[in-house]
Amino acid sequence: MVSITFIQPDGAAQTVQATEGDSVMQTALNNNIAGIFAECGGAMMCATCHCYVEDDWSAQTGPKSDGEDDMLECAETEVTDASRLTCQIKVTPDLDGLVIRLPAELS
Amino acid sequence: MKRVVIVGAGQGGFQAAASLRQEGFSGDITLIGDEPEIPYQRPPLSKAYLKSAETPSLSLRPSQFYQDNAIALRLGSWVRAIDRANARVEINGEHIAYDHLILATGSRNLRPPIPGVQNTIGLRNLADAKALKVRMRPGMRIGIIGGGFIGLEFAAVARAMGCEVTVAEAAPRLMARAVSTQMSALFAQKHRDLGVEILLGDGAVEIDKTGFTLSSGQRVECDLILLAAGVVPNTELASLVGLDVDNGICVDEHLLTADPTISALGDCASFPDPLTGRLIRLESVQAATDHARLIAKRITQGHADPYRAVPWFWSDQADWKLQIAGLADPSDAAVQVNDSCIIRLQGHRVTAVETINNAKAHMKARKLMSSGEMLWLADFSVGHAEVQGQYDKQNA
Repeated sequence: MVSITFIQPDGAAQTVQATEGDSVMQTALNNNIAGIFAECGGAMMCATCHCYVEDDWSAQTGPKSDGEDDMLECAETEVTDASRLTCQIKVTPDLDGLVIRLPAELS
Repeated sequence: MKRVVIVGAGQGGFQAAASLRQEGFSGDITLIGDEPEIPYQRPPLSKAYLKSAETPSLSLRPSQFYQDNAIALRLGSWVRAIDRANARVEINGEHIAYDHLILATGSRNLRPPIPGVQNTIGLRNLADAKALKVRMRPGMRIGIIGGGFIGLEFAAVARAMGCEVTVAEAAPRLMARAVSTQMSALFAQKHRDLGVEILLGDGAVEIDKTGFTLSSGQRVECDLILLAAGVVPNTELASLVGLDVDNGICVDEHLLTADPTISALGDCASFPDPLTGRLIRLESVQAATDHARLIAKRITQGHADPYRAVPWFWSDQADWKLQIAGLADPSDAAVQVNDSCIIRLQGHRVTAVETINNAKAHMKARKLMSSGEMLWLADFSVGHAEVQGQYDKQNA
């Protein structure tokens, strides 16, 4: 199993077990992680599964998918260099210990 | 408001239940579905699901979610009747009372009265997809009746699996209801390049176990026949209790029926187009979820702004992702901006933007459209001069 920690904007952290082959988005949904809406179900149609990958993990999570940047531009939460769509990050053994931060809702 | 009952546990029904809790609704929620599975995503059924070696979970949430959120799931259950006088529904002889009822009954596959139609398979739910997955083999000859989103998505998947695929469409072009003539042509060429046989303006008139015959007399021999001729909304329950039905269950801009205790959403609902006021019915994840959120907000807060979400659609066919923002009438004009973007127009007003593998243009269109203002050709500055030129030529 692969451990992934999700940290909410208020600092609350939740560590869950992910299944290899699932996406990080699916892992979040399976564990009721707040802030991941995943409206389109992982089809890269909506940017509602936006997150920030903690710095030291960007190598393991790999490059963005084609079109991911275009979708991120339209995310309703603040986009940074660490921004990814969780539907485009596949769970692999390399990601054991991954830390994901959830964006704060823009007011 | 104490008790909300939702009839239909598809994407829209699920979203209504989830959004009610997100909004802080603290009463009882009962979510009734006729399928045995907990609510799942339907879009992948004609796409990734059939291709993947394993059987991926399509559940929208794990079953624990329903316990944690006190959502009473009643699966494998049919609502036979609504008792409006006593504000309750009946499933399997049991009465469930409601203060508000949400009809999220969705749609079912259209089965046109073609002789031999019983020899076809549909693709709408998980059971259908499982049955198809078991039967599909490389080299198999597959005939598809209907060249809409589902038929074409399935064609691309079947072709990728090494099947011999023929698509027969009665209309003169593919996806005629949803996209421009130019986009239809691009996709026809794409599928032909993939080795799919595309037959247009030639509908099936007779079907048997070994294939089907088209109106032209042409015969399509195949081992498996998919019927993908569109859907019909499930409106019977509403009709039975005297609610207005016009293509779908009629609702106002707050998605309420004439009965203030009954709402309808998604595939089964006819609602006023925010731009034209005309009743429209959409078959999309977007409409189902945006409707659901508005209804949940209205029930919880007692009021909500009129519905005005921008419609959007997508379809994955081989390596092409078709995205549509907005809603065009089939007769709307179309101007091709570049290889990946077509703008639909009524006069100079933009009604929809169709793109292939161009998320940027799609999202930009959605963003512009969400302002609620009418969009004009001039609002799309990219290649504006060129587009204007094409447009003027078309309308000269």
